[in-house]
Amino acid sequence: MSDTQSHYTSPSFAGPKTRQPGRTFADIPPVRWARANLFNSWLNTALTLLLAYFIVKYAIDIVSWGLINAVWEVPGNDTRACREIREIGACWALINEKFRFIMFATYPYEEHWRPALVIAIFLALYAISAMRRFWNRKLIVIWLLGLVSIGILMWGGVFGLRYVEQERWGGLPITLMLSTFGIAIAFPLSILLALGRRSDMPAIRVMCVTYIELIRGVPLISLLFMASVMFPLFLPEGLTVDKLLRAQVAIIMFAAAYLAEVVRGGLQAIPKGQYEAADAIGLSYWQKIGFIILPQALRLVIPPLVNTFIGLFKDTSLVLIIGIFDLLNAAKTSVNEPAWQGFGVEAYIFVSIIYFVFCFGMSKYSQDLEADLSRHRKR
Amino acid sequence: MASRPQVARRPPTAGVNLSLNNPTIRAILYQIVVVGAVGLVIWYLVSNTIENLETRRIATGFGFLDREAGLPIGESLIPYSPADTYARALFVGLLNTLRVALIGIVLATLLGTIVGIARLSSNWLVAQAARVYVEMLRNLPLLLQLLFWWTLFRDLFPGPRQALAPLPGVFLSNRGVQLPAILWQPGYGYVLGAFVVGVGAALAVRRWAKRRQALTGQQFPVLWTSLALIFGVPGITFLAIGAPFALERPELRGFNFAGGMTLTPEFAALLIGLVTYTAAFIAEIVRSGILAVNQGQWEAALALGLRRGQVLRLVVLPQALRVIVPPTTSQYLNLTKNSSLAVAIGYPDIVSVANTTLNQTGQAIEGIAIIMAVYLTISLSISAFMNWYNRHIALVER
Repeated sequence: MSDTQSHYTSPSFAGPKTRQPGRTFADIPPVRWARANLFNSWLNTALTLLLAYFIVKYAIDIVSWGLINAVWEVPGNDTRACREIREIGACWALINEKFRFIMFATYPYEEHWRPALVIAIFLALYAISAMRRFWNRKLIVIWLLGLVSIGILMWGGVFGLRYVEQERWGGLPITLMLSTFGIAIAFPLSILLALGRRSDMPAIRVMCVTYIELIRGVPLISLLFMASVMFPLFLPEGLTVDKLLRAQVAIIMFAAAYLAEVVRGGLQAIPKGQYEAADAIGLSYWQKIGFIILPQALRLVIPPLVNTFIGLFKDTSLVLIIGIFDLLNAAKTSVNEPAWQGFGVEAYIFVSIIYFVFCFGMSKYSQDLEADLSRHRKR
Repeated sequence: MASRPQVARRPPTAGVNLSLNNPTIRAILYQIVVVGAVGLVIWYLVSNTIENLETRRIATGFGFLDREAGLPIGESLIPYSPADTYARALFVGLLNTLRVALIGIVLATLLGTIVGIARLSSNWLVAQAARVYVEMLRNLPLLLQLLFWWTLFRDLFPGPRQALAPLPGVFLSNRGVQLPAILWQPGYGYVLGAFVVGVGAALAVRRWAKRRQALTGQQFPVLWTSLALIFGVPGITFLAIGAPFALERPELRGFNFAGGMTLTPEFAALLIGLVTYTAAFIAEIVRSGILAVNQGQWEAALALGLRRGQVLRLVVLPQALRVIVPPTTSQYLNLTKNSSLAVAIGYPDIVSVANTTLNQTGQAIEGIAIIMAVYLTISLSISAFMNWYNRHIALVER
């Protein structure tokens, strides 16, 4: 490092020896940092300048499109002001006008406080689950209470709340429900599948392997199509299951297969001695798994588990294809009205921010947790 | 439940224990119960389905494949008209899926490797730009990104007359991407043949050089010879047939472009979306692979007197690849499976064609069976190939 620095110290900015009291330009910390990290070779200098040029150029374009030339408000549905600046400015008036539709879709307008409260409850549940001091039996009680109140708020029909049929639910609550229930139900299933895959019983092993590989080999869309067009054929005459629930079942089946592979990774990482020791002290199979193996195995796979959760959260957006009004579909539909046609980019940017906050939050959390747990192990 | 069959707990004189206390007997019993339960559920669903199909008078079987499809397909690699059969329509869809998946895998690998190396750059700005790229793309749903690109093409890009031209001969407009095309010349068949010959010769030289080094210890510049054979032989053939070469540039005629190669907005959006999204994941894999090789490996190899190129090729890359290959395989599989999202933006891939087919014929089971069979075949072939490759480079523990 000192080598490169002396190489680039030009005579006009000679070292500290010549100008004793003051510090030279090259000694100012940011300058020294820039020299070490941005201009430490000719190649890097060229790269830095080229990249900086593009960043500045596009930043100017984006800022002028998204902020300076943007239209923030239009009277009613009169989007002429937006049309005029179509090529050079964003139409955030769309978000202003359609905010509630994107968030709650077709839920009755005067009852919007209910899905809003549902979102708040979901966020509170996530926040509590993220705190390690709640990682005990209390968490199950809190979740049960949370889910019951979510059900009451969405459906209504009790405590003087108006009944709202499932077909009218939509927006962010649907995305949160599909992903939360998907993960919460698929996770225990995935543990069973992973245990089955490592079982000594051939019939059970073959069934679990077939299920996992079959599901992992096909795209989620084919499962969702199956749920939307084939599932009704499976049921006896007269019995129908709501479309949202069918999509939820497809997501659970899909999630279970992927999570099972992650859990299997954890099970494989536990040394054989742990299994043998548990057998030796006379624990039954389920005692061995529940008290000895799973607590260690699941702890090992927290980071890949969270990554799978993020993937599943993103994948719930696929229900758009079978016509369920999740957050993404609400955004897509918000520009169907003739007055707002052509402003899809703005709607997608807005929901991108929501998706990003959730996914980035989860990934940051998993990184912190990983660091925390590995520090614990290192000690 | 599953503990190993515990033999020799009792003295052999006790004979065969047929009670429930025998773990082996118990395991067999459990399996019979579980298999029976699963079998019952499947039987129940199947019998319901058969009954429903009968009452709704839905035909079964794949007979519809020979019927006229009557569905128009926007882009096709083989000649196709709506008068063709469903089988041909589905084949067109399959080719479209393979096309976007193959091009996507190659481009995503290239972009992902570049971004992954950039994340480790000593240049702060480069590393940060790569980090922002990875974090942005990884944390947004792919479907959202596809819809975004498609809308960008359709709504924000100008018409052909005002098309953007980022490079000479390349045009971006709401009709898609126009690229210059290289026209096929009569002698190109020979060049292709010469290329195959060159590759074969390079492989032969490699085998010969390996045997010679094992016998005599003498090294042979295999890399340079191979490159010369692979590119030189077709190059000389190309010159020998008189270097015929013609580039067809897209030109604006009336309201649209003519000539050159056209990528439709759907294909362009799907390809851009799949490549940029998968590249973000591959970048992280490449980064972790490079970080996984200990600095000591470099130093030890240099101390043995290997040159830097040799260190990279013989010591570092084989170890990094061992970390990189398995997760990259699953990214290739993901890209292929994710190409099914084409149905949302109207690119006629296999899912989209099969979906239209099942809506037209009402034969949902067959339609979904076709989709699943296609993806299972693709998935299993890619993973079989990658498993073979992975075994090839895996650590041999002695």
